[in-house]
Amino acid sequence: MKRSLAGRIWPNATALVLAAGFVFPVYWMFNTAFKPTRDIISEDPVWFPFHGTFAHFATAVHAPYFWTLARNSAVVTVLAVVLSLAIALCGAFALTRMRFRGRRGILLTFMVAQMAPWQVMVISVYLIVRDADMLNSLLPLTFFYMLMVLPFTLLTLRGYVAAVPRELEESAMVDGCTRRQAFLKVVFPLLAPGLMATSLFGFITAWNEFPLVLVLNKEPDAGTLPLWLSQFQSQFGDDWGATMAAASLFAVPILLLFLFLQRKAVGGLTSGAVKG
Amino acid sequence: MAVQLDGAKAATDRRVRRTGAPGAPPGRHGPRRWRGTPYLLLLPALLATVVFLGWPMVRNLLLSFQNLNMKELIQHLAEWRGIGNYQEILGSEQFWRVTGRTLVFTAVNVVLIMVLGTLIGLLLARLGKKMRLTLSLALVLAWAMPVIAATTVFQWLFDSRYGVVNWVLDRLGWHAMAHYDWVGTQLSTFFVITVLIVWQSLPFVALNLYAATTTIPQELYEAARMDGAGTWQVFARVTFPFLRPFFLATAFLEVIWVFGAFPQIFAINQGGPDRLTETLPIYAFTEGVGNLHFGMGAAISLLTIAVLLAVTAYYLRLTLKQEAQEEQEEAAL
Repeated sequence: MKRSLAGRIWPNATALVLAAGFVFPVYWMFNTAFKPTRDIISEDPVWFPFHGTFAHFATAVHAPYFWTLARNSAVVTVLAVVLSLAIALCGAFALTRMRFRGRRGILLTFMVAQMAPWQVMVISVYLIVRDADMLNSLLPLTFFYMLMVLPFTLLTLRGYVAAVPRELEESAMVDGCTRRQAFLKVVFPLLAPGLMATSLFGFITAWNEFPLVLVLNKEPDAGTLPLWLSQFQSQFGDDWGATMAAASLFAVPILLLFLFLQRKAVGGLTSGAVKG
Repeated sequence: MAVQLDGAKAATDRRVRRTGAPGAPPGRHGPRRWRGTPYLLLLPALLATVVFLGWPMVRNLLLSFQNLNMKELIQHLAEWRGIGNYQEILGSEQFWRVTGRTLVFTAVNVVLIMVLGTLIGLLLARLGKKMRLTLSLALVLAWAMPVIAATTVFQWLFDSRYGVVNWVLDRLGWHAMAHYDWVGTQLSTFFVITVLIVWQSLPFVALNLYAATTTIPQELYEAARMDGAGTWQVFARVTFPFLRPFFLATAFLEVIWVFGAFPQIFAINQGGPDRLTETLPIYAFTEGVGNLHFGMGAAISLLTIAVLLAVTAYYLRLTLKQEAQEEQEEAAL
């Protein structure tokens, strides 16, 4: 079907405008982070950081506890995501491939758990952690983050598990595998892209979590990066260069991970590996 | 993340397989299979949920019947006040105003996200390869921006003195906006928050919708075209019905996410000016943690959960019905 010239131009033009709109805030963050202060507070915006500087990044990195909090963030996020993936995969497999009493009740439990408004439950979580004498520790944080992402991970993995043909598993079992071997050798490799895609959500959630760590870990060296970023902003006030540099440092790991995993995930799905 | 796509695709795969080659019925693989396996597999997930979600919930429920302020908190006192907290909240005009505001806020955002996200998703399907990649990359960048970083950036974009937005509006001839204070009024603050949330949420809907459209058999489109259907009709008669599960699931997630939006609203203006942009989660946090009325905060948080459950009840019921149907179908095989 031939389309008119206008019919070919407008989708591309719209796409370009949209792309610019979506990228701009991200670009402006990096742009501001690299610009010297006089370019940041000029009457007319400086669109390109021609006089690039790392001064703002130096300010950000030398802010107190940056490296400690970065390490805390990394440890808590990775542990929470890996734990929730492992636990969720077992559960998702059972919920998708097996039929048993109480299945729907359990499903509903996770769907409701997915809706838990954690930000309004900080008070009871605080009391529980305080009574366990674990304030300012990374352990409760890890477990609560794990649970924040667990329901979503489990419910999403169900879709990926269901997409692996049962016949593959069955033929492996006919070939003499036990059910567990069939799962580990046949199903699990096919699930890898799904696991990666799902883990993204976990990484983002745990990396971003703010209200809970704000209430639980008040010691300056026990927090995580979101806490640092928000305090940084109030400390440095109108120093937008340093604030944007801090925001960039906070965003870069997730941006990289996202670009990497997103491709993997989509690639895994389109290559037909999952469809067998 | 291609999440909903897989749900939809898996559902069709399952349907195809069931009619094509039924294979061995599930749960009857061998005579010696132990019935406890699914429970064992689910045990860690359920245990974690009970300990780290169930317990705080119960604790929250207990707190909501207590008079718990700073003094009681420090001295580990439990002073019961029955349903006093609930009476006070449900009797206050503030709570109902915040609830109404939250519902309107959620509705506006979710509708914007779903409509614009669908349009962008359909646009993606129509683009050439290079342009599609460009737009996808831009979407992924916006999607990947951590919320706290994005919120900070939007504060900078909408800064009254040096913000780009005001500069552009001024240049376009709207000079009143030159040093406009975006967080000065309720409506303008909500505007900034909405732009931020919609900007961050669109990529999820658009990319997933695009991925989902690729699973629609081309024959369906061809048949519709042959019948002389226009663009809108193709969408209404082929795309939408085929992707109904996807739309439902995505709208459900967006409702949960927008309803619970916390850092965006809190960081932009702490629910201000004059607490006029507080939604239920912010209201619960401000009353509980901010004003140190922990019992009240707990009661508000439970009411918040009740409101959210009421809003999402339709979807939850639908999903359970579907699962029940599938179980029956499989049992019939």
